[in-house]
Amino acid sequence: MIEAFKRWSESLKLSTNQPHTPPVQGADSSHEFIPDRKFSHTQSQAPLEVRDLNLSIGEQPILKNVNLQIPRNKITCIIGPSGCGKSTLLKTFNRMTDSIEQVKINGSVLLGGEDVIHSRGADLIELRRRIGLVPQRPCPLPMSIFDNIAYGCRIHGIRGKWKHEQVVEHYLHEVGLWEEVKDRLRDPATSLSIGQQQRLCLARSLAVEPEFILADEATSALDPISSKIVEDLFVKLKQHYSIIMVTHTLRQALRIADYVVFIYMGEVIEAGDAAQVFHNPQNELTRNYLSGVFS
Amino acid sequence: MKIKYIEEFAIKILMALSLLTVLGFVVGIIYTIFHRGWSCISWEMVSSLPGGGFYIGKEGGFLNAIVGSLYIVIASTFLGLLVSIPVVFYLNIFLKSHSKFAYIARMAYDVLFGIPSIVYGAFAFTLMIWLGLRTSLLGGILVTTLLIIPILIRSMDEVAKNFPRDLLEASYSLGATRLETLGVMLRQIAPGIATATLLSVGRAIGDAAGVMFTAGFSDSIPTSLSQPAATLPLSIFFQLSAPQAEVQDRAYAAALVLTIIVLVISLAGRFILHKFSKNKI
Repeated sequence: MIEAFKRWSESLKLSTNQPHTPPVQGADSSHEFIPDRKFSHTQSQAPLEVRDLNLSIGEQPILKNVNLQIPRNKITCIIGPSGCGKSTLLKTFNRMTDSIEQVKINGSVLLGGEDVIHSRGADLIELRRRIGLVPQRPCPLPMSIFDNIAYGCRIHGIRGKWKHEQVVEHYLHEVGLWEEVKDRLRDPATSLSIGQQQRLCLARSLAVEPEFILADEATSALDPISSKIVEDLFVKLKQHYSIIMVTHTLRQALRIADYVVFIYMGEVIEAGDAAQVFHNPQNELTRNYLSGVFS
Repeated sequence: MKIKYIEEFAIKILMALSLLTVLGFVVGIIYTIFHRGWSCISWEMVSSLPGGGFYIGKEGGFLNAIVGSLYIVIASTFLGLLVSIPVVFYLNIFLKSHSKFAYIARMAYDVLFGIPSIVYGAFAFTLMIWLGLRTSLLGGILVTTLLIIPILIRSMDEVAKNFPRDLLEASYSLGATRLETLGVMLRQIAPGIATATLLSVGRAIGDAAGVMFTAGFSDSIPTSLSQPAATLPLSIFFQLSAPQAEVQDRAYAAALVLTIIVLVISLAGRFILHKFSKNKI
């Protein structure tokens, strides 16, 4: 088995040494990815910290004593077999777990000293703004392309048509969608292709200037070209945003991850720099997972 | 293999026959109304109030019933929507999907849905006697509102229950409150609201039993909420009860007007539905 892992690891090294493919058309490579600073920002560079997190649904434990530090301005990939709790962990970061029936959560998720798990009311809303989400399947709101991006501004009290126009243009540029949609901003968001819709969802999340972006298998519903565009975007966005990505595709994690968290049956088995986890895993379970013994 | 094709063919024919039977009923009803009503409908009939002896064949029209029906339908639909939309939002956004309260509430609306309108009328009549009120436009509006609220809630609720959870998450994850997320849900279920409104308008305009005891009947157009009001279904009922054939034909003319009103509302509703569906996911 160790031999098999070594062979697999070698093959990965080979693939990482391959020259990086040029960015696919769609992502505006010349554009600098910066938030437009509408909101007041904390200067905190503290990581997103998970402490003693336990989550159960009914009597079924889903996450067991999770302790993690998710670094800033890096792409963190959460990997693990199906049903291991990756998506649930991601959902606790912006408290989307609230909608799960019979959920019980203990522990804390700290963002700059504020605890996401115990936040209420206005604090929770502000924390959710600071931790954006890109869903698994593109999920545009039932409104026009323009209104999808402007929605975040409206709900956070940023008024004025001119301001909204600026925001929409800025973030559509950021995700490389401006040239494709500038003449049909008032069209329904559903008129876009699936790949474009996903970039729109990313732009919508960016428009409220989050510090962290959660991506739950954000490319799994996309065709390879759109998937590549979104992947390239994540790589560029990490200069100004911290990205936490759940992925099933090990090769994708290998291509873009800076930091990797391996979860198995609700427990964090191994977390560390991507190179270390992929090429020199410390745990037997990680080795087995990476070499395809289970998936 | 051949048996499978014969089965499919036979079932297809049965389905087509069912469809044709239903269409046949619709065409039959419309034909009867047009056949008997078209010959005696006139501008005078729809633009004048009933004169003395109108119900035994003398001159006049049923403008009082047209206006009364429109007053009741418009006011009760408005009030019904005002009550039902918050109920639907509360059930689907503020309560969890397995909430017992939501379960009991939905069951109660189902029961209300099945209660015949005469029972609503009798209930409201008892209440009016207890309060010392007379039959009035307000009474008709209120009982019709009660009648259509379960229709509005259950029809809209069915659409709202299928509201994609992803959309809720998308809105919450941007920092929206549940109240702000209502706007997203409203856009998504707008076609459902339009359909529910059409259904309830059809029920409200066609109901006779509920308004018989509460709105009463009057040969004049009500000028205040406390005056009794005539409605088209009751006007049809009184004219059909007359022994004279020409008065009975006038009932068909009133039915024709009622059908045309429903048709116009339905077409307008479909137009609005199409408009609202533009951004739907």
